[in-house]
Amino acid sequence: MPSTRDIRRRIRSVKNTAQITKAMQMVASSKMRKAQLAALAGRPYAQQMNSMLADATAKAGDFTHPLMESRSGHRTAVILVSTDKGLCGALNSNLFREAGKLATESTVFVCAGKKGAQFITRTRRKLVAEFTYKDAPLFSEARALSRFVRELFLKGEVDRVDVLFTDFVSTLVQKPEWRTLLPVGVIKGVQAGVGPGESPAVLQNSGMEFQFEPTAQQVLGELLPHALNFEIYQILLEAKASEHSSRMVAMKNATDNAKQLIKDLTLEYNKLRQANITKELLEITTAQMALG
Amino acid sequence: MATLKLEIVTPEAKIFSEEVEMVTLPGSEGELGIFPLHIPYMTRLTHGEVHARRGAQNFFLAVGEGFVEITGEKVVILTDMAIRAENIDEARAEEARQRAEARLAEKLDAEEIARVNAALTHAATQLKVKRRGR
Repeated sequence: MPSTRDIRRRIRSVKNTAQITKAMQMVASSKMRKAQLAALAGRPYAQQMNSMLADATAKAGDFTHPLMESRSGHRTAVILVSTDKGLCGALNSNLFREAGKLATESTVFVCAGKKGAQFITRTRRKLVAEFTYKDAPLFSEARALSRFVRELFLKGEVDRVDVLFTDFVSTLVQKPEWRTLLPVGVIKGVQAGVGPGESPAVLQNSGMEFQFEPTAQQVLGELLPHALNFEIYQILLEAKASEHSSRMVAMKNATDNAKQLIKDLTLEYNKLRQANITKELLEITTAQMALG
Repeated sequence: MATLKLEIVTPEAKIFSEEVEMVTLPGSEGELGIFPLHIPYMTRLTHGEVHARRGAQNFFLAVGEGFVEITGEKVVILTDMAIRAENIDEARAEEARQRAEARLAEKLDAEEIARVNAALTHAATQLKVKRRGR
């Protein structure tokens, strides 16, 4: 039977924990709002880019680019977009479960976020590069990552590049998602950020005859890598939005649990206190009776 | 008078979206002046200054690299940097330029050099636009 002092001490420690998780929940929720807004702010750019790509491909005819070449090999590079910090619920473990299904020999990993890199090294998989991205992902960070995998692909070190990241569905739902980045295959629009209800970005060309300068091939040749950069940027934004939402929910649960625990402990404490008082009263009265 | 809709979009935000009568922008093959009813046209954008005019109103913006799509009634600029002249912080741009120049003197790998160079051109373009006509 614990003494009242022990219970008081426990209540105090749980209270402190609850305060911390509450603070983290607040921080995560404000960051989540920002991340969601950023993801939304990227949409107009994505739309414009898609319509430009559509117009350019319609004009360029049987245009081919080294990035579109599909090869028969099985060497794959996977970009694993995880978080830098923990305490965000099951987000990372869900990602890693997906990543763990891959063959270890033919797959190399490129990580964005520290947790992913730690997982890859811990499970002795091949890690070729680790990139960082900030709370508000910068386009230059996405560009560095995209350039790295493009070079890996163009040098022939890998035959395809996939991305594994957490797609932001809603504040409560985030799910790990695969996407093939390279080879580009048929030119398609930027897909990230298109919700399940909306139709995947169908390329609509405006039916206009465009003039290109210097040539359609050149413009398209530059537009294509850029579209990839942007796709990665959008993916980073989605991943960030997921991370903060997931952390917020996890911290909210932690706070709620702590509150419940405090309630239970307080009840137990009061019961014990009452029992002690009764016991003392009994002792006093028996002592008096014995004396009297 | 006929107008054009000028839209300047960066990955972070839609910077500019207004009806204007004329646009001048730095294309990869040289400066372009665009009036309404221009033929459909697509090209690359380089660092420089975008100038738009509506009546007596003039807009100046510093832009980075990107792409331009022009139709008869619309000009869409996709770029990695766009900032209105009045929003350019001269002191900060100057500081950024000096910092970038200092970094260039150090030993860097190719990726770093590219990034610093981009930062340098961004800062230099902003300064150029801000100090024009002085």
